[in-house]
Amino acid sequence: MAALARSFRPAMRLLSSSRPVVTTKRGYADEMSFTFAAANQVYYVGANVKQVDVPSFSGSFGILPNHVPTLAVLKPGVVTVYEADGSKKEVFVSSGTVTINDDSSVQVLAEEACLVDELDRSACQDVLSKAQSQLASASSAVEKAEAEIAVEVGQELVRAAA
Amino acid sequence: MNNFGRILAVAPPCAAQQQQARGMATLKAISIRLKSVKNIQKITQSMKMVSAAKYARAERDLKQARPYGEGATAFYDRAEVKSTEEKPSKLLIAVTSDRGLCGAVHSGVARQIRNELAIDDSNTKVVCIGDKSRSILQRLYSKNLILVANEVGRKPPSFLDAAKVADEIAKLDFQEGKIIYNKFKSVVSYQVSDLPLYSLDAVSKAPKISTYDSLDDDVIKSYMEFSLASMLYFAMKEGACSEQSSRMTAMDNASKNAGEMIEKLTLTFNRTRQAVITRELIEIISGASAL
Repeated sequence: MAALARSFRPAMRLLSSSRPVVTTKRGYADEMSFTFAAANQVYYVGANVKQVDVPSFSGSFGILPNHVPTLAVLKPGVVTVYEADGSKKEVFVSSGTVTINDDSSVQVLAEEACLVDELDRSACQDVLSKAQSQLASASSAVEKAEAEIAVEVGQELVRAAA
Repeated sequence: MNNFGRILAVAPPCAAQQQQARGMATLKAISIRLKSVKNIQKITQSMKMVSAAKYARAERDLKQARPYGEGATAFYDRAEVKSTEEKPSKLLIAVTSDRGLCGAVHSGVARQIRNELAIDDSNTKVVCIGDKSRSILQRLYSKNLILVANEVGRKPPSFLDAAKVADEIAKLDFQEGKIIYNKFKSVVSYQVSDLPLYSLDAVSKAPKISTYDSLDDDVIKSYMEFSLASMLYFAMKEGACSEQSSRMTAMDNASKNAGEMIEKLTLTFNRTRQAVITRELIEIISGASAL
């Protein structure tokens, strides 16, 4: 019996080595296909990045490769992208959506986006004060809601630019 | 009897036209015609230049908008959303513009919608973006039109335009829909394509929706509202680019045709002028020899 096993083992090894190496290539082992676009500009298309932090209405969260699929709605705030080489990119977004699919592709679509470095602080302050005066003069419910959104965007803009 | 009267009434101008075509065209008539064709050529040439410039911009914009559109549709593909209804109420959105003279861009979109309506128009509504699709569809299917957006095409489409239309569409009640637009391929080719739309119900019943974590109806609703706007934006960008490129080709062809026509007319003009001179000479000479 032992002899049989001994002669069998090399054969086994042979079998296993001749078989093509099947790595579990699910396409999302530790990579993510990250797309980040706004109506005015495209930042990433199918890029591989380490981590993305997004502000959403259900709370800010970080996305790593192989995140559980979900949908979220963006809140005004700063999206932080940690690129594969370790550098960090901060982009301000006004609103939009985040989609994380089961193939580890992530889509962040923003209505408007702008690099935080390019924000002008005094202009942001202007936006906020304008929105606040708009809120003060709003009469109807719709106008008020719109002004409140504008104020929220303004506040986040000022915070991001600071 | 009535019929005869009509035929008789038509006959005299017909004869006059024939006579003119047979060579009675005077020098004056030809030169007027020549001038008008030359003016038309000038117009088509400058229209071509204008649309070439607009096209260059539209294509640049489209490059930016493409990932955006793909991103917006990715979820619907991955989640395998399908319409669940047996006989859904449908919504068709025609993405065209207000302006013509650009080949078959608008009629292609309208034809696609007409084909769909020809199959079943009882439960289908149509939203027209741009006056051109409305004017084509109005004649046969005016009762299906529920919303028309115009003032499209003068300027490049912006996200705000798309958001306004999406806002109105979100108020409508439908279970399944399509955005029909021209997909830009190259300067000389475009293709009528569609993007699918779904209802909230269909999305929340999609087979793979359960793999998505922590979803509530509120999130899906806002998500879908935004993605409708971004899909419309993408479709409008594609449409605008196809339209400008097609107008460029159409105007180029028109200028070429006008050039040919000018050549022919100039030849006829010169021949006729020569004939007139010869005739006058003959008249003078024969008059002189008769004395």
